[in-house]
Amino acid sequence: MQSLFERGPTLRTRLLLTLAFAALMIFLDHRLNTMQPVRSFLSTLVAPVQYLAVLPEQVLDRLVYLAQTRSALREENEALSRELQELQMAVQRLNFLENENARLRQLLGSDVRQTSRRMVAEVVAVATDPFSHQVVVNKGFANGVYEGQPVLDDQGIVGQVLSVGRNTARILLLADQSHAISLRAERNDIRVLAQGFGDLQRVELKFIPHSTELEEGDVLLTSGLGGVFPEGYPVARIVSIDRDERLQYAKVLAEPFSQLDRIRSVLLLWPADATESPVYDEAVDTELDTELEPTTEAANDVD
Amino acid sequence: MWIKSGLPPLLLSYVVAMVLMVMPLPSMLEAWRPDWLSLLIIYWLLAIPHRVGVGTVLILGLLADILMGSVFGIYATALLIMAYPAIRHFQRIRNYSLTQQAIIVGMLILVKRAIVYELEHVLNDAVFQLPYLYPVLSSAIIWPWIYLILRQYRRRYAIR
Repeated sequence: MQSLFERGPTLRTRLLLTLAFAALMIFLDHRLNTMQPVRSFLSTLVAPVQYLAVLPEQVLDRLVYLAQTRSALREENEALSRELQELQMAVQRLNFLENENARLRQLLGSDVRQTSRRMVAEVVAVATDPFSHQVVVNKGFANGVYEGQPVLDDQGIVGQVLSVGRNTARILLLADQSHAISLRAERNDIRVLAQGFGDLQRVELKFIPHSTELEEGDVLLTSGLGGVFPEGYPVARIVSIDRDERLQYAKVLAEPFSQLDRIRSVLLLWPADATESPVYDEAVDTELDTELEPTTEAANDVD
Repeated sequence: MWIKSGLPPLLLSYVVAMVLMVMPLPSMLEAWRPDWLSLLIIYWLLAIPHRVGVGTVLILGLLADILMGSVFGIYATALLIMAYPAIRHFQRIRNYSLTQQAIIVGMLILVKRAIVYELEHVLNDAVFQLPYLYPVLSSAIIWPWIYLILRQYRRRYAIR
């Protein structure tokens, strides 16, 4: 039962002690970066919360799936097999070009580009804090995910892995204000640096002179220079160029190809030179992997 | 006795608040998501201050930091500073009407959000956006229902 008089240290002392502890945590984490092991351990600890958070959505999806009629499924199936056929034809062509490219590169005496491996991961939680754009996916170091790993979806680059727990990994989206990525314009190979500024639909290109040859609608690809992202993946399209002479640089905004505000599943990429390798855990994953293996690197791609 | 009555329901309420905090929502509702964890902490601080104190708030704050992916300690600091007036004046706030309580809760959550923003601004150059303060309003509006539901919950499971 509570007593009228407090025992032990006063409220103010306790508050100051805990505040000092929190301040120490901020210092250790932000200035010294020493909290990574603790962070990794605690992410593993809170992973069930994140899995619980997506449970209703998954149940709903399942119900929608169960409620689908037979004819709708058949139609969808037909459309998908048509699409698959088209894609397979494109892949045949791609394999031919890939081999030709490798041969030509050998002739030129430059390194042959290595294939990379990938794994599909589902988004299980979002950070609702508008100051940091991150999502959590359901693969962790148990699957070979590592810090700084490139992440993409079917449209383009999404971001990179920020921290890893046992079965979860946190992904920093490229629209986050602490994220910058080195890009190259597809049309004229101009190198640019794209930084997020908090808007999920936009990134800003930094240090662009007023006389730039970039134009609205230009497609930007990864340049492969930062060492994190492999070369040649689509990232964004330029949507506006403001050549205001009063500003030091032109203000160039680009729109990422991937819909960062509604990503559901992402692709984790292991470049050929990565020290870690993917660990496919479930039967589904391995099945998919072995199925795709015979059709010569359909699961892999050139970077 | 260290383990007092109703510990599992109390812990369960923390888990539920954290689940609601990270649950994906449609983007239209996203900006208005009430600050569940703060609401829950304020309620327990007002209802059982001899049991839920700054230690609990610190631990929940650090877990919130992990869930939100922010620098370790930001949420902990903000929640602690928010908790102080609530613990200090719990006897007075308890006796207010629900509307008055809602206003106080809104102000506490405003303080919490302002601190989180300031820390993020200093540490990570965060840019202020007005939608970040929408939850202040939605939390204050939802408070009376939270209060009544949690009171029922507390009585049912004899959390004392």
